[in-house]
Amino acid sequence: MVEKADQIFVTLLHWLVGFLPTGWQHLASVVVCVVVIIAVYPTLFALAVLLERKGLGRMQNRYGPNRVGPFGILQPVADGIKSLTKEDVVPFRADALVHFMAPLVLVVAVFMGFAVLPMGRNMELVDMDASLLFFFAMGASTELSVFMAGWSSRNKYSLLGAMRAIAQMISYEVILLLSSVAVVMITGSLSLVKIVEAQNHYTWGLPHWFVLTPWGLMGFVLFVIASTAETNRSPFDLPEGESEIIAGYFTEYSGFKFALFFLGEYVGMFGIAGFGTTLFLGGWSAPLSVLTWVPSWIWFFGKVLLWICFFIWLRGTLPRLRQDQLMNFAWKFALPLTLLNLIVAALWHFMGAGVVTWLVCFAILAIAYVLMARTGLKRGKIGPRSYRYAE
Amino acid sequence: MLGEGILKGLAETAKNFAGSYVSKERLTTVQYPEERVAPFEAARVFPFLVYDGEDWEAGLRCVACQICEKECPPKCIYIEKSKEKKPDYVGKLQIYPARFDIDVSVCMSCQICVEVCPFEAIKMNTEFELATDDRFGGLLLDRQKLAHSNEYYHSIHPTEASEVDARLAEEKAKAEAKAKAAAEAAAAKAAAAKAAAEAKPATPAAEAKPAAPASTTESKSPSPAAKPTEGEK
Amino acid sequence: MSIVFWIFAVITLGGALAAMLLRSLVHSALAVTLSFAGLALMFLELGAQFAGFTQFLVYIGAVAILVVFAILLTRSSEETGSGVFSPTWLRGLVIAAAVFAVLGWSILNSAAALPGTTAEPVASVQQIGQALMGPYVLPLEIVAVLLTSALIGAVIVAMHEKEGAE
Repeated sequence: MVEKADQIFVTLLHWLVGFLPTGWQHLASVVVCVVVIIAVYPTLFALAVLLERKGLGRMQNRYGPNRVGPFGILQPVADGIKSLTKEDVVPFRADALVHFMAPLVLVVAVFMGFAVLPMGRNMELVDMDASLLFFFAMGASTELSVFMAGWSSRNKYSLLGAMRAIAQMISYEVILLLSSVAVVMITGSLSLVKIVEAQNHYTWGLPHWFVLTPWGLMGFVLFVIASTAETNRSPFDLPEGESEIIAGYFTEYSGFKFALFFLGEYVGMFGIAGFGTTLFLGGWSAPLSVLTWVPSWIWFFGKVLLWICFFIWLRGTLPRLRQDQLMNFAWKFALPLTLLNLIVAALWHFMGAGVVTWLVCFAILAIAYVLMARTGLKRGKIGPRSYRYAE
Repeated sequence: MLGEGILKGLAETAKNFAGSYVSKERLTTVQYPEERVAPFEAARVFPFLVYDGEDWEAGLRCVACQICEKECPPKCIYIEKSKEKKPDYVGKLQIYPARFDIDVSVCMSCQICVEVCPFEAIKMNTEFELATDDRFGGLLLDRQKLAHSNEYYHSIHPTEASEVDARLAEEKAKAEAKAKAAAEAAAAKAAAAKAAAEAKPATPAAEAKPAAPASTTESKSPSPAAKPTEGEK
Repeated sequence: MSIVFWIFAVITLGGALAAMLLRSLVHSALAVTLSFAGLALMFLELGAQFAGFTQFLVYIGAVAILVVFAILLTRSSEETGSGVFSPTWLRGLVIAAAVFAVLGWSILNSAAALPGTTAEPVASVQQIGQALMGPYVLPLEIVAVLLTSALIGAVIVAMHEKEGAE
């Protein structure tokens, strides 16, 4: 019974596909899975938008939208209708083809990333040996769309926003990659399915999630920070800061293309949250061994929703970081810590299991964190403003 | 430096989030069309004309002196004087405005018209929901739309209205006392003239006698004047 | 030579041709990115997953971004006024043809082009890693030193400019 609930989508898929002749079945199952992903994630996007607006509102001592449906549930529908019926303004001197392609490239790249996420037991679309690399490859393609959007608008603010966005994204992508390399090192495989299965064991009721190890915790924290920066979320949303640069690289987009960018950003958030869950939070495995009767996809989506709530919480709390503070943080603080994290993960692997291992690794990471925090983030020569010619 | 500031901030926002479901002070939004915030007493939006009694035309305090029209900075008041006169609250015959228009789309709520009115005739209203879809005349309030009773004035600005009423009552009392004194003086003069005509050597005593009844009538006049104000309230 | 191969070949060659023939610099950069993508897809079709995804990650995610940044930070939006063919196109054509001939001759005469070989070797990521850390560790370290020196050089050049301005 538990097994049936867990595998319900898989059995449904097999039943659906069984109506076709055998030669077509593989293609048909892939097509059905793709259609399901394309249907589910925009729905989750609508849910996330609603959660964000109401959650942010409550954090800011106000109601969120509450006029459209009961408690504002139909607000995403209203937003969708609005964005579909708005006039699609393309600036006269804009590069029409590139301007059109940019949101498409973003949405395609972002949705491709979902092909390798294991959303439940046996519930990944494709099981590749190098699926982690595939996910990163798709993430790298989103930067290209940012550039296309910013450049094709022929708008200095868009260009500036695009440059900032790309600089931020490539810096934090390094941290993202290196923190997941630690996981790959310990698991010994690039396949996301194997990474989840490596975390699916329980000792004394507690799972072997990587976040519950010293290097995993540090890696997780760095991954969270880097993923916030990758998806241009607050506090790293200077490229699209609404009060600084209007809307940064998508200033010149209106109507449905803007909705596509918005969709791409939020679905990207879901993607990276899913990825982080797979790497550090154990994917679809239950938190306690007594809870394994709950279907695996519920755990996966629950954890992803927790990430999203955490992103929203961060957005409501922190002020925006300036560009140089952003870059300083990435290169001078996070990157050395990530490299050290790699070394500590290796140490963990070679020292084997035991209390000493825990203590040593934890001590190294804690001392490094404190040291880096005190020295790596020093402000340098920002003192009172001095003028070169005015004095 | 170690990130404890971020954690404190996260805790604060979480408190806000949870508290907004529980306590009123964490969620102070007033859902506008269904709930309204009680207006405070000194609120001022657009002017209105005060009238005493039941009939708005007869009791209108405004005497069309046009001071407010001249003092209004954006010149949103337009007054046309009437040809005949009507009695005001003290009984004196005054002209009244045949036409008193305020264009509230121009009015900037500065209250100067209220400050300069010598007759306490124009006061600030607190009604702001005047939006209309009639572009040309919808926000041009005429005399009838502007006229509101003194009871209404009491309901929106209680202390101010009481002060105004007290002042008006005082004025009325003074006017009545003056009228009475004038009447007494006239009567006394007539009596004195008569007495002088009757008995010449009795004039000093006759002059002393009207002075004493005049002072007693003065002390009696506040009480009849106080009664009508209580009847108005 | 399946249909998939032809599609990828068209993408790659089309991108390269477009990069050569388009007037706008940014369009050329995007076209070259397209040809990188075509190459990556061909790697994937041959079963070299690691090479294919690394091609995506490095070429499209880093090299293309580098090209794009270079364009952004310099003259960006001017289009080539004087036509895309340089005056010395004949010499360029001859040199390109010579390079192509050498490459083609060496590939066709190499072991990989011989028909009848056994099943394609599966180089898993683990094998690649062990090869890099074992027999090929010296080239790896040399490449690492080269990249580090390039990075340091870039930082020094940028820093010198800043201090020179003061």
